[in-house]
Amino acid sequence: MLELIVISTLNGVLFGMLLFLLSSGLTVIFSMMGVLNFAHASFYMLGAFFGFQLTKWIGFWPALVLAPLLVGAIGMAVERYGLRNTHKHGHVAELLLTFGLAFAIEEIVSMIWGKSPVDYRVPALLDFPAFTIFSTNYPAYKIFMLAVSVVIFVALLIVLKRTRVGLIVQAALTHPHMVGHLGHNVGRVFMVVFGVGSALAGLAGVIAGPALVTQSDMAAALGPILFVVIVFGGLGSLPGAFIASLVIGLVQTFAVALNGSLAGAFGPLDPSAGPSVLTDIWNVTIAQVAPIVPYLLLVIILIVRPLGLMGTRES
Amino acid sequence: MTTATTSTSKLADKSSGDGLRFYAVWLMGIAALIVLPMIFSSGGSLTSFSLIGIAIVFALSYNILLGQTGLLSFGHAVHYGLGGFAACHMMNAVVSHGWPIPLPFIPLFGGLGGLVFAIIIGWVMTKRAGTVFAMISLGIGELVASSSLILRSVFGGESGITTDRTALPKMFGWSFGPQLQVYYLIAFWLVLSAIAMYALTRTPLGRISNAVRDNPERVQFIGYDPHVVRYLAFCFAGFFAGVAGGLAAINFEIANSAYLGAIQSGLVLFSTFIGGTAYFFGPILGAILVTYLQLGLTSVTSVWQLYFGIIFIGIVMFSPGGIAGLLMMHRPLVRAGTLWTVIPSYFVAIVPTVALACGVILTIETVSRYSGGEAINLFGIGFKPQSPVTWIVAAVLVVGGAFVARLTWRRIADAWDRAATVARDRGYLA
Repeated sequence: MLELIVISTLNGVLFGMLLFLLSSGLTVIFSMMGVLNFAHASFYMLGAFFGFQLTKWIGFWPALVLAPLLVGAIGMAVERYGLRNTHKHGHVAELLLTFGLAFAIEEIVSMIWGKSPVDYRVPALLDFPAFTIFSTNYPAYKIFMLAVSVVIFVALLIVLKRTRVGLIVQAALTHPHMVGHLGHNVGRVFMVVFGVGSALAGLAGVIAGPALVTQSDMAAALGPILFVVIVFGGLGSLPGAFIASLVIGLVQTFAVALNGSLAGAFGPLDPSAGPSVLTDIWNVTIAQVAPIVPYLLLVIILIVRPLGLMGTRES
Repeated sequence: MTTATTSTSKLADKSSGDGLRFYAVWLMGIAALIVLPMIFSSGGSLTSFSLIGIAIVFALSYNILLGQTGLLSFGHAVHYGLGGFAACHMMNAVVSHGWPIPLPFIPLFGGLGGLVFAIIIGWVMTKRAGTVFAMISLGIGELVASSSLILRSVFGGESGITTDRTALPKMFGWSFGPQLQVYYLIAFWLVLSAIAMYALTRTPLGRISNAVRDNPERVQFIGYDPHVVRYLAFCFAGFFAGVAGGLAAINFEIANSAYLGAIQSGLVLFSTFIGGTAYFFGPILGAILVTYLQLGLTSVTSVWQLYFGIIFIGIVMFSPGGIAGLLMMHRPLVRAGTLWTVIPSYFVAIVPTVALACGVILTIETVSRYSGGEAINLFGIGFKPQSPVTWIVAAVLVVGGAFVARLTWRRIADAWDRAATVARDRGYLA
């Protein structure tokens, strides 16, 4: 039991930090531009596939730098030539544009790399167990993932809180017009922020690709959870996104690891009653419920606190 | 005084003329539904018509949310799917209990299935509009789609719930075995739902929904609660989506978890938006086009979904009013008689635009068939995906087409501005 708790906590924090790499970019983009970028998870997927392809051509370490830069460039192009032109039609049109993009990117990826998972392996340098805990070998690559996420998290914090650029970004979050009046090029700030957000998503993809499955449906699988994270944390709140990422990461990892069911806890139901909804619920294990846990959390938070954990904005 | 009287009488004339034309359009639509299967009587076209009819009901129900109330939902298929399951269970129950309920009433139970879920979940969901509603609808959609695989006794797991539509009591001696009879059943429900949904837009609720879409704050000032209005619109949309799901269950004689899924939700969003949300007939056009493309493209190319995505992105970026919006833009020009000044620019623009489209198609097909090596057949001309000739042709078409097309589009915009100015001077406002 202790083993399960330690390993699951490690994995949960790791998954949570990965979610935060994605949700931080999404949150900053949302609060600045009012656009919920539906294609954010697609940038994550692009990062994974670019990472895979570049690893094949030039090795993992150059890919770790190049792939996020490429994804960031694509993100900037999307902002400059897509969103900026759509802005005049309102936020729904912008949201729909990113929705269409997410759809198109998934199709393009499956067209080029196929629908089945690609063979994206952990680099040989990191392919060893970091430590053994309760007879479980914990891979070094996961520690590396955790380290990268933490470094990015700290770097983001310093840039946002301690630098001039961060000051402008923070100001543009709440008062974009005022920032424009002060002589800053808000359009360029938006483009760069969008690019950096996409690049972070791409980086998350590059490092998560070898550990998770790199496949053309990975964006569709992660995207909804990402939106749960930022609605749960409160739209537009970075601390909220951080807490929500960790909560969802931990809850989902623990749910997957647990194998109990109501039948296991209270004994099986009377079989003569026949199959019904009750028997379905009674016999389902927590691991089987894991995929829907984030959405259940979403419904609960909406009933209890409609603005989300730390949210202050209506929309 | 005399001028005032004449203008009012003219107005009255005009509105009664409009009324006649209004009924004529509806009657023509109904007549087309009756006559169509007599002209195209093959089994394939009957199936297509049935699918299109279901898609139209579904898209119209979606437009109650998106077009009328301004609620962007990413999980509308939940009501469609639950309607389908409700209809399947109802049909099986009718057969096993021997209830005297004939098949044509089954879609009503589908609608109730969609409605009941909307009543339960809608109050929480519609608390907030805009982006938050969109995200919540996505989450609820995922929740229901995943739950459907857990609750096997209701949703039948991966394989779904099957049923037999011919086992129900007969009505007018129709067994509803042949596709033709199913088509007429769908057409009947299509007309009924379309009339009901159109009538809904004319009720005070429909009007206040429009107001909630445009300015919820002012709606609060005049004493309505936008939350209640959104909730009611959500329930109506859920009901009609359930009707569409019930029709689908009758048509396929099965309901499975794919009915509830994100792909179905995405398709209805595509149909409605491509057709145009600002006009009642927009979703009808969109549903016809999208279903037709879906059926037609799958046999031609393996990446048909990518074309959907590109068409959708194009519509969002260049024509957010959809096809209906594009068509209706021409109305003041037609009335003012200045449309003929724009038409030549259209003809000039067709050539490079088609060239650009061909280039894009050729590029996509080259990439998608590169590893397989199948030949591409573009309007009767064969291309080999591995040959550099194909790549050069594609590149020339894309780059050259885009360059020339931009020039001709600018020409259209200029001609359009001139024609619209003349139309405005003659008193026909866009």
